[in-house]
Amino acid sequence: MQAGQNSLEKVVCETEVEIKNADGLHMRPAMQFVDVANQFDCDVTVSNSETSVDGKSIMQMSMLAATCGTKLKIKAEGADAQKAVDALQELVEEKHFDEPTPRDQKKR
Amino acid sequence: MKFADFVCFEAVIPELKAGDRDGAIEELVASLDKAGRLGKNNSQEIARAVIKREKEASTGMGKGVAVPHVKHQAVKDVVAAIGQSSAGIDFCALDKRLVYSVILIISPVDNPDKHLQAMENVFKHLQQEKFRKFLRQSRTAEQIESLLREADENPFL
Repeated sequence: MQAGQNSLEKVVCETEVEIKNADGLHMRPAMQFVDVANQFDCDVTVSNSETSVDGKSIMQMSMLAATCGTKLKIKAEGADAQKAVDALQELVEEKHFDEPTPRDQKKR
Repeated sequence: MKFADFVCFEAVIPELKAGDRDGAIEELVASLDKAGRLGKNNSQEIARAVIKREKEASTGMGKGVAVPHVKHQAVKDVVAAIGQSSAGIDFCALDKRLVYSVILIISPVDNPDKHLQAMENVFKHLQQEKFRKFLRQSRTAEQIESLLREADENPFL
């Protein structure tokens, strides 16, 4: 994770996350993502290998079709960029949207 | 994935009779059932499941479209029906506006990736104002089918 400072206000933070929940980024997780992103003032852009979308738009996030195992780049630009990236990374990788991972599913 | 891969053109409804959310869902499920896409005696259960899912969180994503969906063992592949309402339906959409195009999607229980690919296709096109407008202007099932087939050929529509 890098944090660069272009000017006093312009903070840019970027990180890569991997989708961990078995069902991937379907609508419910995408909603959670957008909800968390919207708690921050910074712009949030999410990209896969092909496209970049607005991390605050549910329609655009649904276009990513991020399956389990997909890696996404999250880029935040604005004063609270670091906080936003941290919160989103936690949601995707640690909480995995409160959904089971493939390993959890095997245990059942 | 393309529209032609999962939309059941036989189940397209150019003008929904229902004026409310649950009625529209039931009508679209019945239409898929009539087209023989939901196996035997599953339609009531599927309609109930879609409505239950819809009550948990609206799939009315704004801009006049809703994408109610559920996973069910009745289907082996993703299957979808599309219904239009010229009067508009209250789907408790995120932007609080009425919904004019309803895309109902039933996905298999054991293939989350297929579901995501179908959703990707749907939203890629619904993003485009031109596509939403053409869909709303379609008056017959044939017009809707040709719009979707054209969209399959032209990703920018």
